[in-house]
Amino acid sequence: MKFIKFLLVGIIFGIVLVKSEAVSWYRIYEMFKFESFHMYGIIGTAIGTGVILLFLAKKLKLNNLEGHLMTVPKKDKGLFRYILGGTLFGLGWALAGACPGPMYILVGTGVFSILIVIAAALLGTYAYGVIKDKLPH
Amino acid sequence: MEHLLQPWPWYISGPLIALIMFFLIYFGKTFGMSSNLRTLCAIGGAGKKTKFFDFNWKAQRWNLIVVLGAVIGGYIAHHLLSVPTNIELNPKTIEGLSQLGFENPGQTLLPAELYSWEAALSFKGFLILIIGGFLVGFGTRYAGGCTSGHAITGLSSLQLPSLIAVIGFFIGGLIMIHLLFPIIFG
Repeated sequence: MKFIKFLLVGIIFGIVLVKSEAVSWYRIYEMFKFESFHMYGIIGTAIGTGVILLFLAKKLKLNNLEGHLMTVPKKDKGLFRYILGGTLFGLGWALAGACPGPMYILVGTGVFSILIVIAAALLGTYAYGVIKDKLPH
Repeated sequence: MEHLLQPWPWYISGPLIALIMFFLIYFGKTFGMSSNLRTLCAIGGAGKKTKFFDFNWKAQRWNLIVVLGAVIGGYIAHHLLSVPTNIELNPKTIEGLSQLGFENPGQTLLPAELYSWEAALSFKGFLILIIGGFLVGFGTRYAGGCTSGHAITGLSSLQLPSLIAVIGFFIGGLIMIHLLFPIIFG
């Protein structure tokens, strides 16, 4: 039953992203149009709260469930992979109107045509794995 | 209860997303939704041919459980915790979308012009969904994370690579909406 906590976190994640409308294609569109504050408010307050929580965890030396200090994995150093990969991701995010989290959540809302996008995302991930060593990172 | 059924404001939703990230770190894991795409490739056997997918995916099962939960959460929120409401879009947004040929903006989560089966299985519509999904899958792995891994987790832990990635997300998004949308939907 050690998986139940992950199921619960996932359920809450799905509910929050639907209720905040962050799973909506229209919300992504208006964000990139700078015509609404909504998505900036969500992402901004998420980061603000996150900074405070992670700062406190570090300051208070909080342990995780496994008894180790709570830490966030460090991202690898690099430039090309982040700017190029990020740009390709952004192009797809704006076109499909969904990033990986919302893709799964939208299946739950009953939009099954999103499965086409998920299948294509798997294909994209696979393609990256195949040509990875030929790309600048 | 009435508040629960209405759309939730950003100042409630944002901090809740941070809490989700915090709990996953407390559980000894991390918040990253795109990693599941790599895990699914590995489960499908991609590791036999490609080293990138040759890893112990069983250690990532917890994250697939999060995905399962997210699907269930999507069902609960949409079918049990919502009253039919339109997404409150800026009139300027609605006008811009109608110029691109999108009718009834905001009346559903996703536009019928892209996600109804009729649209999704048309030649152009299918191509749009395939290209969009492919770019998301390729780009997120190349960049080493998506919105949850970079924008939320990476920026909350003040990591420079994540800032660069998020700037990339916006470069791509702005190019798509401002330069390519008028060509694709014009």
